[in-house]
Amino acid sequence: MESILFYIFGGLTVATALGVVFFRNPISSAASLVLSFFGIAALYAMLNAHFLAVIQVLVYAGAIMVLFIFVIMLLNLQADELHEKPFPKIYLLLTGLVLLAFLFAFAQLFQSAQWIFPPISESFGSIKAVGRLLFTEYLVPFEYSSILLLVAVIAGVVLAKKEL
Amino acid sequence: MIGLQHYLIVSAILFAIGMAGLILRRNILVIFMSIELLLNATNLSFIAFSRFRGDMGGQVASFFVIAVAAAEAAVGLAIVIAIFRNRGTVKINELDLMKN
Amino acid sequence: MYPLYLIPLMPLIGAVINGMIALAFARKSSKAPEALVSFLAVLFPLASFAFVLAAVWPFLFQDVSAPRIETLFQWMASGNFKLDFALRMDRLSAIMAMVVTGVGSLIHIYSTGYMRGDKGFARYFSYLNLFLFAMILLILGNNLLVLFIGWEGVGLCSYLLIGFWFEDPAKASAGKKAFIVNRIGDFGFLFALFIISSILLKNSDAASSGIFNFATLEEHKALLAPMATVICLLLFLGACGKSAQIPLYVWLPDAMAGPTPVSALIHAATMVTAGVYMVARLSFLYDLAPFAREVVASVGAITAFFAATIGLAQRDIKKVLAYSTVSQLGFMFLGVGIGANVAGIFHLMTHAFFKACLFLGSGSVIHALHGEQDIFKMGGLRKHLPVTFWTFLICTIAIAGIPPFAGFFSKDEILWQAFSRGYTLQWALAFATAGITAFYMFRLVSLTFFGKSRVDHHTLEHLHKPSFTMDFPLIILALLAMTAGFLGVPEALGGHNILHHWLNLEGGVVSEHAESENFERLLAGASVGWAVLCTSISLFLFTKKWNAVGRFVEKVKGAYTLIYHKYYVDEIYDALIVRPVNWFSRVILWKGVDAGVIDGIGVNGSAKATEFLGRLFGLLQNGMANSYALYFVMGMVLIVWWIVH
Repeated sequence: MESILFYIFGGLTVATALGVVFFRNPISSAASLVLSFFGIAALYAMLNAHFLAVIQVLVYAGAIMVLFIFVIMLLNLQADELHEKPFPKIYLLLTGLVLLAFLFAFAQLFQSAQWIFPPISESFGSIKAVGRLLFTEYLVPFEYSSILLLVAVIAGVVLAKKEL
Repeated sequence: MIGLQHYLIVSAILFAIGMAGLILRRNILVIFMSIELLLNATNLSFIAFSRFRGDMGGQVASFFVIAVAAAEAAVGLAIVIAIFRNRGTVKINELDLMKN
Repeated sequence: MYPLYLIPLMPLIGAVINGMIALAFARKSSKAPEALVSFLAVLFPLASFAFVLAAVWPFLFQDVSAPRIETLFQWMASGNFKLDFALRMDRLSAIMAMVVTGVGSLIHIYSTGYMRGDKGFARYFSYLNLFLFAMILLILGNNLLVLFIGWEGVGLCSYLLIGFWFEDPAKASAGKKAFIVNRIGDFGFLFALFIISSILLKNSDAASSGIFNFATLEEHKALLAPMATVICLLLFLGACGKSAQIPLYVWLPDAMAGPTPVSALIHAATMVTAGVYMVARLSFLYDLAPFAREVVASVGAITAFFAATIGLAQRDIKKVLAYSTVSQLGFMFLGVGIGANVAGIFHLMTHAFFKACLFLGSGSVIHALHGEQDIFKMGGLRKHLPVTFWTFLICTIAIAGIPPFAGFFSKDEILWQAFSRGYTLQWALAFATAGITAFYMFRLVSLTFFGKSRVDHHTLEHLHKPSFTMDFPLIILALLAMTAGFLGVPEALGGHNILHHWLNLEGGVVSEHAESENFERLLAGASVGWAVLCTSISLFLFTKKWNAVGRFVEKVKGAYTLIYHKYYVDEIYDALIVRPVNWFSRVILWKGVDAGVIDGIGVNGSAKATEFLGRLFGLLQNGMANSYALYFVMGMVLIVWWIVH
């Protein structure tokens, strides 16, 4: 049961990810990405990271991607023309080689390994557990990230203004 | 049985796809989306390991990655808007002032 | 007891103050106040002389013989090399210090009269005081490096003072020549220092007590024995440069371009004697190298003879005295070379007196005649310049070696030592030289002071009589020239040879067979007779029969021209050394190395290479941002591979 779910959601994620890269229309890419995020959220849930799955959907799919789509529409971007200058063949070849090399770097690792997940407690991945860590051990990064978000807000407003 | 290695393979594939997007697309926004894919791939890795080791630290890390990605997306898109306003294009091959 | 450092400090202060005065008035049109400058310039050397007397008193009158060493500060300490800046007063430095500061003070006094009206008045005294400072450091230094500081310092001051009237390019070149030739000698000196340090630094005992200290050198001389000949010869090379022996004497005659008191101080009484002092000081080292002693003695004797022959034909009053100095220095080196250090130093002292007096006297003559230096245009001046004449005459008798004036005793002592220690060849040369010396010196006196006046009438009417400040030192020096000899009257002639017993610094091998005192008297008598003979002939020829001399010269024109042109040594050096070095410097080192290699390859080349590489890497920036991403990814994949495997 679990494996079926894994393969469905895993496949969804990978397929839609490919869609992001290969769709011509940026809106289509964005939509594809949203679906990919959903797939990833499902995978998170299967890994007992419930809180993070929700956060993934809320923040990534719900906020970030909305922002993306806003911008695409704001700039009124059309589908990329087909008669753009294509990449030189050597470039494509090199890209393919590099990516394959990347994937094969890990090939050996997975040959023999059978890494089974150990059993864990009920509260693993709950909001309570994450919250507790955030406010004790990882308090400082937590505070810093709040400053980061403040800065990002200010930066966003300043950069996008028509006149400074 | 689904083991750790399955999730890691998915993560690797997603990462590779993200890199492909980074290298092969000319539209800045699509490149941005590919970067988000990269981040998600790493998040998946983190969470998989966190589950494997029973250590919540991985999930906290992912949490922070998401926060940072949000901030980054905000600022990055603001820059894209500014560029579009100045140069009229978001095609990265037309933004070549640093050429040679 | 006054500290020793006051002795060099006094002239140093004088130099600084006078220097500041000179600088202060350098741009103004008004001249520096001569009275103030004169007062200061004479005050400090005299103060130094007073301190010298105070320091020397125990050695003279209280029978102290142990050296007094005063360390001022530790100058260097590196590894096991330790060097203290220390001064040393013992009997040898006592004599040298008295001569240097005493004669130096007199010459400062003389200069206040001679240099009156010169626009570089303050600068002159600044340099002169600086010179005195350096010379005192040289003779009071407790180790070879402090000596070397003084050595170089006097070389510098010599350059500054010879080229004092630097607006005349010929005079400036003379200064340059002096400095450069000196440097060649100094190279030898430095090399000797390197050898000494390489040997002695290996011995911790020597190193801890300061390898260059004279006491340490003497104590560990056995270690230096294998290389002693090389060291001594190299040191002697330095002495040849400083004390104008063959082959590095060529700067001294040219040095007459400087003001005459400078010639008196530097090139008669003090700087040129530095080499002699050094050989006497390091006598224990030369004892280990009999060959080096031979060389020193021989070079001294040959130089004495060689220079004396040149002096026979010179027309410039100062040039005669210059060659005479070279010749007398040869005598001194003969003395210290054979190990008769007392005789050498004795002659150094007497020579300082009479040569300084002669130079100052010639200065008075030149000053009186408004700059005329050619003796063929002088004559009959004894009526017009009485004090100058009498002092000059006394000192000429002294230098000719006629008793009872000083020159006889010192010169004769050297001759006797040379003969009795078996250096017969050198003795013969020196003996001949003594006669030639008498001859040309009396030629000088005759042509300058006796006979009919050949002076231009206009000049004669406006004769600039010397002032008292100029006459006074002449008188003192002449008195010393008359009496100093009695310090060293040998036993054979009825004296006690006070100096010999007091200084007690003999080296070398004293003759095994003690020649009888009669023989010594015989030899002394021969010297006197020979000197008197040459003197008489010279006086006769040059006062009465000068035309006959002229005709004789015509007959031997070839030989005469040869010695008149100083055996063309300068021309030979120019062709063999100066021109090739100049050519080499200009063509190879300047155009080849400097412009070609350093500018071309180094500076411009590295710029071009950088530009090339920059352009090369610039090709990577093709404007396609995606390719940049590809580069990232490639690098990252490499790192991943490296980590995983």
